[in-house]
Amino acid sequence: MADDRRLDGNAIGGMMLELFGVEMTTATEVCRTCGTADVVARLEVYMDAPGTVVRCAHCKAVLMRIVRGPDRTWLDLSGFRSIELRSPD
Amino acid sequence: MPQISRGFHGRRSEGPSDRIPPGQHLVDDFPVLSAGPTPHTPLDEWTFTIQGGAEPASWTWDEFQALPSEEITTDIHCVTKWSKLDTVWKGVSLDTLLGLVDHDAGYLLAFCDGGYTTNLPLEHVTDGKAWIAYDYDGEALEPEHGGPARLLVPHLYFWKSAKWVRGFRLQDEDEPGFWESNGYHILGDPWLEQRYWGD
Ligand SMILES: [Zn+2]
Repeated sequence: MADDRRLDGNAIGGMMLELFGVEMTTATEVCRTCGTADVVARLEVYMDAPGTVVRCAHCKAVLMRIVRGPDRTWLDLSGFRSIELRSPD
Repeated sequence: MPQISRGFHGRRSEGPSDRIPPGQHLVDDFPVLSAGPTPHTPLDEWTFTIQGGAEPASWTWDEFQALPSEEITTDIHCVTKWSKLDTVWKGVSLDTLLGLVDHDAGYLLAFCDGGYTTNLPLEHVTDGKAWIAYDYDGEALEPEHGGPARLLVPHLYFWKSAKWVRGFRLQDEDEPGFWESNGYHILGDPWLEQRYWGD
């Protein structure tokens, strides 16, 4: 069933660390569609599609699409209004 | 290598090797790929709409079921590298649907419950190449496989066969859809391994 296929934002933590070198799961994002602020770890993630889709847990809008080819990665972050990353102490 | 899949009507006499595009492997099950929650639109709220013609056209579920339907046996190829042979579907040909609309468009953008979109040139969905399918293997298409109705364009990678389809917008331009706008190939011919931009 579809809901069994849904992961949370922790599922993209390793990939974000690899791509950007930052721990993203503890970041706070704001959804461009509904304005809800949430911690990335709490977002909804679907990874069995042809790419990875990250959705707002509140309004289900697509926040982020990630497509990984053998030699390239495509990122669409247009569903976020902002992402607040904490600097290391 | 054929440029168009020969699988519109699967021929068992052909050995699998010439029915499996490069880089693909065969599966017996039917993997489910989802980019979001599965919609459950009640049939009495379902419509299929074609926009962008001289007049908008729309069918209710019952009206859609009354359109001439075809049984299709075909091979399907997912960009995640699985292929499945001799799948059996029933649905309405896009030749039938587009024949009911006065238009001079070259492309369509399919739209779906859940917000998914995919783009197709009309030359790739006419002449018996594409259907709106509502039965799979003799039964009503299950929601996890795109029911009540999905696009079926078996000669292209299966992300083009959009689940939960609700209509088309006919257009003059080839506007990239959900995956095509973020890395996946604008057309997606499995025999040419058109997976990503620039392939
Ligand atoms: Zn939202």
